[in-house]
Amino acid sequence: MGNEHYIAITDFCISHNISSKFILELHDYGLIELVSREKTRYIPLQQLPRTEKILRLYSDLEINLEGIAVINHLLDRIEKMQDEITFLKNKLDLYEE
Amino acid sequence: MEFIDYYKVLDLDKGASQSDIKKAYRKLARKYHPDINPNNKEAEKKFKEINEAHMVLSNPENRKKYDQYGKDWQHAEEFEKAKKSRQYSYGPQSSGSSQGYSAQDFSDFFESMFGGSQNFGGRGRVKFRGQDLNASLQLHIRDVYTSHKRTLTINDKKIRLNIPAGIENGQTIKISGHGGPGQQGGPNGDLYISFTIINDTPFKRDGNNLYTTVNLDLYKAVLGGDITVDSFEGQVKLKVKPETQNGTKVKLKGKGFPVYKKEGQFGDLYITYNIIVPTNLSPKEKELFKELATLKKQT
Repeated sequence: MGNEHYIAITDFCISHNISSKFILELHDYGLIELVSREKTRYIPLQQLPRTEKILRLYSDLEINLEGIAVINHLLDRIEKMQDEITFLKNKLDLYEE
Repeated sequence: MEFIDYYKVLDLDKGASQSDIKKAYRKLARKYHPDINPNNKEAEKKFKEINEAHMVLSNPENRKKYDQYGKDWQHAEEFEKAKKSRQYSYGPQSSGSSQGYSAQDFSDFFESMFGGSQNFGGRGRVKFRGQDLNASLQLHIRDVYTSHKRTLTINDKKIRLNIPAGIENGQTIKISGHGGPGQQGGPNGDLYISFTIINDTPFKRDGNNLYTTVNLDLYKAVLGGDITVDSFEGQVKLKVKPETQNGTKVKLKGKGFPVYKKEGQFGDLYITYNIIVPTNLSPKEKELFKELATLKKQT
């Protein structure tokens, strides 16, 4: 396992001044993915922006985890729809000549 | 410089309690927070206003100052003069901000009234992520046929960017941490780059597939033969089947556009034949065509 692709939960929690319990709770809620190697749990690097976003929503806006799950779901849907709009616009350009 | 009614920003009455202010701030911050409104400049602007209003009204000392001078702008000018004379008496104050705020994070009104962020040290402040920045990049379709590196200058900072082959027109990519600086120790925002792909080639693009029309002379369409057609990678030899009809489509597998972030994978190139009927026929040609027509009638 390349260290550059994973961040130990303890390191993440120290730098954000939070309890590791919180990260495990996020995992239990299905909000983030974690990987386990040799009794240590890690946050995959690609999960980092998502995890930090959840932290901000939790601390800045005091949204509970259920609320964050709903927000994430809706934001994912918006992103998919925006991609679809771009795709359809490009397709439309193909026939508009 | 315009007067900003912070009560109006938070949709509050002047007599609002601290609990009302907190409640109103939370309600609006949840609506306009940059994480909930990615890529939305309007929401970002609104969020800054809400944040500024909250910083003033949630601090009783500054709220009092705002209530006293804020409504009537002329008095604020006097307040400024008074503040300046105090500074002369006690020596100039440091103009540096140690709170991670930059002037652009506050309105001119706020800066003039409260002197920027230095008067807002510590109390009850939360970390805020830096603003997301948006940039647009115009590229020619040939530029995105292969992955390449490009250096962009955004807000006087140079960013070396890998542009993967196969980017779509209108696609936006996110460069994490290259947005505005975080506030109060918060993380940097992200940089979003939207691509406009100019297609000045004879190829039309639909996702990973390319489409083009090739003119075919009548004789080759009838008798068949070899032709050379242009693809994105250069010329390709193609066999034309005898008795090919006008509008026939052929697919050249793997000769289309690269698949985004899937190295070595390509879409297909679709060629539509446009058969050209000969013009300006010589008497001999006309005679031969007539002969053909007669032959056709007999069969």
